[in-house]
Amino acid sequence: MPEIKVTPLGAGQDVGRSCILVSIAGKNVMLDCGMHMGYNDDRRFPDFSYITQNGRLTDFLDCVIISHFHLDHCGALPYFSEMVGYDGPIYMTHPTKAICPILLEDYRKITVDKKGETNFFTSQMIKDCMKKVVAVHLHQTVQVDEELEIKAYYAGHVLGAAMFQIKVGCESVVYTGDYNMTPDRHLGAAWIDKCRPDLLISESTYATTIRDSKRCRERDFLKKVHETVERGGKVLIPVFALGRAQELCILLETFWERMNLKAPIYFSTGLTEKANHYYKLFITWTNQKIRKTFVQRNMFEFKHIKAFDRAFADNPGPMVVFATPGMLHAGQSLQIFRKWAGNEKNMVIMPGYCVQGTVGHKILSGQRKLEMEGRQILEVKMQVEYMSFSAHADAKGIMQLIRQAEPRNVLLVHGEAKKMEFLKQKIEQEFHVSCYMPANGETTTIFTNPSIPVDISLGLLKREAAIGPAPDAKKPKLMHGTLLMKDNSFRLVSPEQALKELGLAEHQLRFTCRVHIQDPRKEHETVLRVYNHLKGVLKDYSVQHLPDGSITVESILIQATAHSEDQGTKVLLVSWTYQDEELGSYLTSLLKKGLPQSTS
Amino acid sequence: LFQYCLSGHPTLPCNVLKFKSTTIMLDCGLDMTSTLNFLPLPLVQSPRLSKLPGWVLKDGSTFLDKELKECSGHVFVDSVPEFCLPETELLDLSTVDVILISNYHCMMALPYITEYTGFTGTVYATEPTVQIGRLLMEELVNSIERVPKAQSASMWKNKEVQRLLPAPLKDAVEVSMWRKCYTMPEVNAALSKIQLVGYSQKIELFGAVQVTPLSSGYALGSSNWIIQSHYEKVSYVSGSSLLTTHPQPMDQASLKNSDVLILTGLTQIPTANPDGMVGEFCSNLAMTVRNGGNVLVPCYPSGVIYDLLECLYQYIDSAGLSNVPFYFISPVANSSLEFSQIFAEWLCHNKQTKVYLPEPPFPHAELIQTNKLKHYPSIHGDFSNDFKQPCVVFTGHPSLRFGDVVHFMELWGKSSLNTVIFTEPDFSYLDALAPYQPLAMKCVYCPIDTRLNFIQVSKLLKEVQPLHVVCPEQYTQPPPTQSHRTDLMVDCQPPPMSYRRAEVLTLPYKRRYEKIEIMPDLADSLVPLEIKPGISLATVSAVLHTKDNKHVLQLPPKPPQPPASKKRKRVSDDVPECKALKPLLSGSIPVDQFVQTLEKHGFSDVKVEDTAKGHIVLLQEAETLIQLEEDSTHIICDNDEPLRVKLRDLVLKFLQKF
Repeated sequence: MPEIKVTPLGAGQDVGRSCILVSIAGKNVMLDCGMHMGYNDDRRFPDFSYITQNGRLTDFLDCVIISHFHLDHCGALPYFSEMVGYDGPIYMTHPTKAICPILLEDYRKITVDKKGETNFFTSQMIKDCMKKVVAVHLHQTVQVDEELEIKAYYAGHVLGAAMFQIKVGCESVVYTGDYNMTPDRHLGAAWIDKCRPDLLISESTYATTIRDSKRCRERDFLKKVHETVERGGKVLIPVFALGRAQELCILLETFWERMNLKAPIYFSTGLTEKANHYYKLFITWTNQKIRKTFVQRNMFEFKHIKAFDRAFADNPGPMVVFATPGMLHAGQSLQIFRKWAGNEKNMVIMPGYCVQGTVGHKILSGQRKLEMEGRQILEVKMQVEYMSFSAHADAKGIMQLIRQAEPRNVLLVHGEAKKMEFLKQKIEQEFHVSCYMPANGETTTIFTNPSIPVDISLGLLKREAAIGPAPDAKKPKLMHGTLLMKDNSFRLVSPEQALKELGLAEHQLRFTCRVHIQDPRKEHETVLRVYNHLKGVLKDYSVQHLPDGSITVESILIQATAHSEDQGTKVLLVSWTYQDEELGSYLTSLLKKGLPQSTS
Repeated sequence: LFQYCLSGHPTLPCNVLKFKSTTIMLDCGLDMTSTLNFLPLPLVQSPRLSKLPGWVLKDGSTFLDKELKECSGHVFVDSVPEFCLPETELLDLSTVDVILISNYHCMMALPYITEYTGFTGTVYATEPTVQIGRLLMEELVNSIERVPKAQSASMWKNKEVQRLLPAPLKDAVEVSMWRKCYTMPEVNAALSKIQLVGYSQKIELFGAVQVTPLSSGYALGSSNWIIQSHYEKVSYVSGSSLLTTHPQPMDQASLKNSDVLILTGLTQIPTANPDGMVGEFCSNLAMTVRNGGNVLVPCYPSGVIYDLLECLYQYIDSAGLSNVPFYFISPVANSSLEFSQIFAEWLCHNKQTKVYLPEPPFPHAELIQTNKLKHYPSIHGDFSNDFKQPCVVFTGHPSLRFGDVVHFMELWGKSSLNTVIFTEPDFSYLDALAPYQPLAMKCVYCPIDTRLNFIQVSKLLKEVQPLHVVCPEQYTQPPPTQSHRTDLMVDCQPPPMSYRRAEVLTLPYKRRYEKIEIMPDLADSLVPLEIKPGISLATVSAVLHTKDNKHVLQLPPKPPQPPASKKRKRVSDDVPECKALKPLLSGSIPVDQFVQTLEKHGFSDVKVEDTAKGHIVLLQEAETLIQLEEDSTHIICDNDEPLRVKLRDLVLKFLQKF
């Protein structure tokens, strides 16, 4: 039986290092190629040796698809394509293709230049890797080869994020990447049509959370920032350069404007301006409102938000700083955090998810004494706030997407095992579909039961539509045909055409049965009685009395002769071909029972 | 497969295709050449235009002198300009299911169709097509509405009167169908019916037909369309270009294997080479400015103007024009310049790469930043303060009948220092200039039409090899003014089928197959039999379900169990429910083996007689006779059903079922 096999190399019951292998109808596709932010050793990249031990990856994989530019979805790509070696196509949307190399370079710089690691991918490798990328449009059907096609759907989450449908024949898988089912200040909501995939692979970061309304969270956020600034404190907001950062900037910009606030807002790293520029050029990927008004006022040109300089961190007085990266695991955000952590007037707001092992994760789980590099202990006195602005679907959103796409099976990735378990039960209960949650390296096999498309000759289709009792459109029609299988083509034709095409003659099989009837009347009177009897019983059939004295029922012929010896017995010759076997057989048994007492 | 042809203009097409059970409109172009018969709408009171004499008939009657004015020997209608709509009577347009738009120039009649015909379907177009189409419509509505005209002439349209008018008014077609411009609410209503699509997106229509837009290389978001079912493919090629300008290149490969290829929107100036024209444009512009004159470029607010600005960006410094101001005046100038920068995905490769840097794809961003190019919504307001001469002005409308261009024609027409350069190919420049004669200003004609020329067409057709080509009749003969140029027509084998306005064509194609799906459980129950090497067959008896034009075959339901109740059955209960046909049979029965089989099954008194065509097998005791011939078998027996069935099954063993 045809099957779809799924093996997560990363993101199986875990967040980070997304990398999922899918085998569908003989095609192998790798979904995402991410790195893990919680590790600095081999575990940070997926174990590609799982795919093939000694063959070339290119021979084994038909294509690689990257859902969006976050490093936990594309961070291992140059390592995979240039160091392990893959030359096949890599698909991603245009904004992802634009932004991905910048984040990769940033990541490379932090790892190699700052931490001094060797044996890491180089700038040239990033460039060579990007040359293998094919950019796709939303909803465009991309023919990877003759059988394999992929199609991108809008996913919200970050600029250019997409969900992908992978389809071979009538079997299909949808991979969501990370998605968001509610529009935010700069992006729209994820959308998919009722494509009924055999399998939906969904992220489940917020599997158990049902978030309150966005407005409340925004008000809460603004209130906390405002209060801190009012009392002269500094606010640190660790973010990734692209994504939440822009949403929160829009939020603060409008708030500062409305409240006429003076405290400075800074955005760290030179990435910012560039990042905002991407938003301007890819404005068609943002939400309806921004797109509609961009000619009058471009939402990504900020008046109140200025570039940050390292020296500003020591300035007295209140300020708000957006700094990268978002999980406080390295770079400028961590530096500023160390400077400000000791003052209880200050506040750090974590607007997104932090993976295990990062400083962000530690302070969010309540740790207040942190061991930093060189055994130094950092005491955290500043206020720590967590406010989920990361644009993942919550439990309600995940259920909503399942309702939209109507998959036959669901598989959860990119989440924590315990939370997945809960969601899995909920999905199985509500939708009565199987739900899986494989761990990394564990293969899930899903059996599909595809119907088989064949070509039916128009003649046969029309004939079948025409015959049959009363053309009742709703009533299913029984049809008979011959399926010709030659090479890989399947054609359903009428039996006559099949014979003709094969150069064969029809063999006619005919039966003639002698039925004896006791009836003293004259032959033609007997015939008339038989005729009336049949006419009465076989209401749906064409029963005819021909001028030559015979009767036909459809194509079955009935003739009467007198018995050579017994005048009181008539012999009915009932003659039919094999095609009318059922009716012929029925008629002889009916006539054998004799004729009803004459009513005439 | 029928094609209803609603427009006679080859580059502003409007066709309706009846394909399977769907009705598909391909483009709805608006023929605006009708406006050339009208007087220009001046933004500022024009003494010259208001003093034009009324037109008097030969017999001296003056009843038309309010409606018709004479200027330099030409007669013009003094009224709000009107447009020639696509045919609306040829078929009931409320039955149109979908409208497919190929590019923003070919959607200008959309509000007339969607708002006045009872249309309830969906319109499909790409995002740039819709956004720029909206700008074109906005500009059109704006330039007509801002010059309210009290008079609406209609007397001249009377058939009896029209006969008396001089050419070209006398020969104008369908004048009773000419309509005034639509309004903004109508534009918005029409555009709200559009669904956005991307290149190579497969769109299912009622399960019967699939339509797909393909890049056509002509303008931002311009598309050709594939209309296909599983077995038929119609390609609609409209406004395509193989030149490398700013849009994504044309997708030719996907047009292969078409049964029918409808070819419209070829170049209107087949003899002019666009590259040469751009060169001429630049040098004429530079010469005029150097001599202290002004340059007027009547143009649309989007399209070729982006390429012209890009050329000028590279040219102005070397030509010493860096101090000459360039003005782009249109109510949608700003939007057009902004929109052009955000459609990276729809641009050619070079421009896409720029966005990855990230830099704006078009260099006019830099021209604006350095103040070399300035844009204004109209000549009123800021422009009048900033205006410096000599200068270059890009403004619409290319017909010279409305828009800010009318003002500059009046302003600069008197001086031979100034030049008007025509780049848009949609209007004859002599006709456009007629109401401004006599004119001192220089006129240069550099039409830039990047659409396919006839050499490219014949190369394309050789490449994609459609079975049949359908095109407007204009393409099947040389242009009227160059009747010797037989190279300026579509040449292919078989010769193209041509159409003209208000014609209905029956397109040639023969469909022989349809897709049907066999459900898995039915597929499992089939028993394939290899009949010849490599060819297998299986007889299929199944229930046919048809829903939404999709056909599915399922296992027939199991015959219901005979009712357990002892209720007496009526005779008619036994009547076979369905008239299911048994399969056909094939093969022949070797008499010796058959007799052996009979004997094996307990018939001991088998006797064989030879006949002319075969044999007769007699079972004497059972009074049964079996005639065996090459292609037939006839069993004649008494009414002994078990015996007959036994014999039947023995015979069937020798035969193959179909």
